[in-house]
Amino acid sequence: MVREIEFTLNGYHQKVSVKPGEKLLDVLRDKLGITSAKYGCGKGECGACTVNLDGKTVRSCLMYAVEADGSVIETLEGFQRLGKKEIQEIYQKHNAFQCGFCAPGFILSTDELLSQNPDPDEEEIKEALAGNLCRCTGYKNIFSAVKEMVEIRKGRES
Amino acid sequence: MSKNTKVVGHDAVRIDMEEKITGAALYTDDLPFGPNLLHMSVLASPHAHAEILNIDTSEAEKFPGVMAVATGKDYPQKFGLYLQDKSILPVDRVRYVGEQVAVVIARTKEIADEGCKLIKVDYKILEPILDVRDALKEDAVLIHPDLGDYQVIPWINPQPGTNISHIRKIRKGDVEKGFEEADFILEDEYHVPHVVHACIETHISVARYDYTKRLTMWNSTQSPHTQRHIMANALGIPHKDIRIIAPYVGGGFGGKAGISMEALTVACQKVPGYPVKLRWSRKEEFLNSSQRQELRATVKMGVTKEGKITALRHIMHWDVGASAEYGNNVVNATGFSATGPYYIPNVSIDSVGVYTNHPPCAAYRGFGYSEFHFGIESHMDRIAKAIGIDPVEFRRINAIKTDDEVAYKCHMNPSGMLECIDKVAQAIEWGKEEVSDDPDIVIAKGFASAWKAPAMPPNAGSSVFIKFSEDGSINVLVSGMEIGQGLHTAVAKFASEILTVPLNKIRVELPDTDRNPYEWQTVASHETWELGNATIRAARDARAKIFDVVSRAFHLEKESLYLEDGKVKDDLDPDFALPFEDFVITGIQTEFNTWVGGPIMGIGSFIPEFTNAMVDPDTGMGGHPNVHYTVGAGAVKIELNKKTGVVRVVKMAEGFDCGKAINPDLVKDQIVGGFIQGLGTALYEVCIFDDKGKMLNTNFTDYKIPTILEMPDEMIPIIVEVPQPDGPFGARGMSEHTMIPVMPAVANAIANAIGLRIKDIPLTAEKVALRPLQKDFVAEK
Repeated sequence: MVREIEFTLNGYHQKVSVKPGEKLLDVLRDKLGITSAKYGCGKGECGACTVNLDGKTVRSCLMYAVEADGSVIETLEGFQRLGKKEIQEIYQKHNAFQCGFCAPGFILSTDELLSQNPDPDEEEIKEALAGNLCRCTGYKNIFSAVKEMVEIRKGRES
Repeated sequence: MSKNTKVVGHDAVRIDMEEKITGAALYTDDLPFGPNLLHMSVLASPHAHAEILNIDTSEAEKFPGVMAVATGKDYPQKFGLYLQDKSILPVDRVRYVGEQVAVVIARTKEIADEGCKLIKVDYKILEPILDVRDALKEDAVLIHPDLGDYQVIPWINPQPGTNISHIRKIRKGDVEKGFEEADFILEDEYHVPHVVHACIETHISVARYDYTKRLTMWNSTQSPHTQRHIMANALGIPHKDIRIIAPYVGGGFGGKAGISMEALTVACQKVPGYPVKLRWSRKEEFLNSSQRQELRATVKMGVTKEGKITALRHIMHWDVGASAEYGNNVVNATGFSATGPYYIPNVSIDSVGVYTNHPPCAAYRGFGYSEFHFGIESHMDRIAKAIGIDPVEFRRINAIKTDDEVAYKCHMNPSGMLECIDKVAQAIEWGKEEVSDDPDIVIAKGFASAWKAPAMPPNAGSSVFIKFSEDGSINVLVSGMEIGQGLHTAVAKFASEILTVPLNKIRVELPDTDRNPYEWQTVASHETWELGNATIRAARDARAKIFDVVSRAFHLEKESLYLEDGKVKDDLDPDFALPFEDFVITGIQTEFNTWVGGPIMGIGSFIPEFTNAMVDPDTGMGGHPNVHYTVGAGAVKIELNKKTGVVRVVKMAEGFDCGKAINPDLVKDQIVGGFIQGLGTALYEVCIFDDKGKMLNTNFTDYKIPTILEMPDEMIPIIVEVPQPDGPFGARGMSEHTMIPVMPAVANAIANAIGLRIKDIPLTAEKVALRPLQKDFVAEK
């Protein structure tokens, strides 16, 4: 049984046929060429598959694709066009990643944090990123980059 | 040479960073292979040790969508890096739970999985050996009865008729005399269990064999050329007909060094023309890539009352798992170096690789040094306290210095050991007592020193092509892998420095064995040194060609030419300035309207020409197995909760003598990243097996790795620079080393906090909370 679902993907309308058991991650990667969402564990433990769905991050490896019908999905591929380049630029400036495999997930989680909480304290930053695993960096530069993003946003508002 | 550098030694944004934060960086699983991509699944052994009596694949072969099935009958070849003790697919015996028994190639992954379920295997179950102490018993069942028939390189010593895969012995001086001279002797045992690399990207390989008999592979790997060489030998395919393309790697840490599951996708030969993909699930990644070897060590050390070490006997039994191949070099390398970074006149080391029915083990960041440093550096603290000397001072007294004799009687390279110790002690405020406001919390500090040499064959080679384009930009072709350590940024800087081309006009290309020149492997923390030297040679070669053509075209003295800002300039003529873009492709037009020169390219190769692995097997003497050591030290400040046993590292400092920091910021990032990886292995990471040899915690819920929440509040990475004379701009490697001090530093801090000496890793909250409650507990003072 195959079903056609529709959603908005990085600002564009998208239709795709999916099977009942298919995970959103596999549909994004294998049918729609969205490679920024990565397979890391398949169990929602590592955060490499993180995408934004209706304003919240989800683990696309856990979610069935049919559940995404009618939603608005954002992935790293859409970031520049959606005007979210600044997060990327500050991460770049801080040399925040090493192998880079976890980077899309971190960037998506950071975007969610900053859109929901414009002035997170250090504990809130850590809490927001605690579901994304990185084996390379020790998290230090990721953390310092997010702190700078918060400062920049606060400076803009005041 | 390192003076007045423009890019070397200065901070820079990584050259791969923009690709990685935009999603432009492609990893193997991101590559498109079109609609005829097939998928592979693997039938795994449920038994740790069993004879294979029969495999019936007939039902699987009939299943709609299954394209091919392969077993050990199709691929019985043995392979391996230092000892060929691994089968592509086993013929008559399985040796660990999770070992591949058969592979199924199908239209979809689901069909391949279904196909595996239809394969019937008859096993005769054998008793598994799950402890090196059992494997070494006289009457132990042999895990590799044919060990004597396996191909092995000359400096690895397997012991047929036993479960010993390799022994490396060191006999220097007279240890018995050394112990007689000692005023105090301490002997004890230490245990470090199996752990995994836990790269966020699991292993993946895509392979296509076509009707021209060409095998093309896209692998997530640290070792494209070594994989090609192993494949060529195992399959009888000429090297030129195997092409291995290595896209970005999502974490390596040694786990993607050599070859493991990539040997399975060669079964694509059964379906010529189709690309076949195999991607490990996280569970398969735990079971069937490679783990870190388990170590059971016995350390006996003697010292004078003044604190001079007189003798060391160090016996290491390494659980190499079901196959040793690459892991034998861990056994070998640590055998030469298990003194730790100290001058010791009398040394006896036995480093012994022992087969068990655990998953195969191989390279892991630190290459065995983390494991043996746990024992040595725990011992250093215990002895220092016993003889009443401060542990940091005890390390200073014995620290290896430039020109000191190492265990195999060669002389130590320039060493900043004392500077590392002093700077780390200062950063952690060693000796300053701190008390928490919370009565349940004890604050304490722990210290450890470390060293490590690149472990590699004596003739491991690196090579580089540099090619110019019309606008004076360059592409640097290497097969050294960018696995996150920042290698390609270092390569770009070496080329930039010599050729005066800015970093934004340089690309460093990922490996492709058809097009990029040879590289042994991206392992051993040897690349900055070795590939760096090759890059400098390539850049100088290009520069020599530039000077040649310019001198011929303009009738100038070559000796007076130099490069500046992407132009050729002349000492004798301040007005002469020829930009690269004017000639590096087109050549230079002469006064006769003819042209000289042509496209400029540089080539560079490097091997160490002074190393020699052929030592006396009984003493370890007579060779020069290591190119150099990198030394360093690390310290932690912990908050230990006496009620819960939870240990939190709140501050760390680590310093390493990298000779010259090519990218100071990236050196610091390696220190931080390696420290946190080490922290996981110190506090809670451990592979848990049941009594049948099945690993129980094959996911990130039950096998935790550090998150951002475990990050210490304060981290102080320290760079020490005592130049390596034969290093590029004086550099030597330091990336793996950053893990090494962590386990003993935390263990020493726990002992300093509550007198609890834990000798078995990990240093869990359970041990910290419960062991002091045991009746026989004696607090260390």
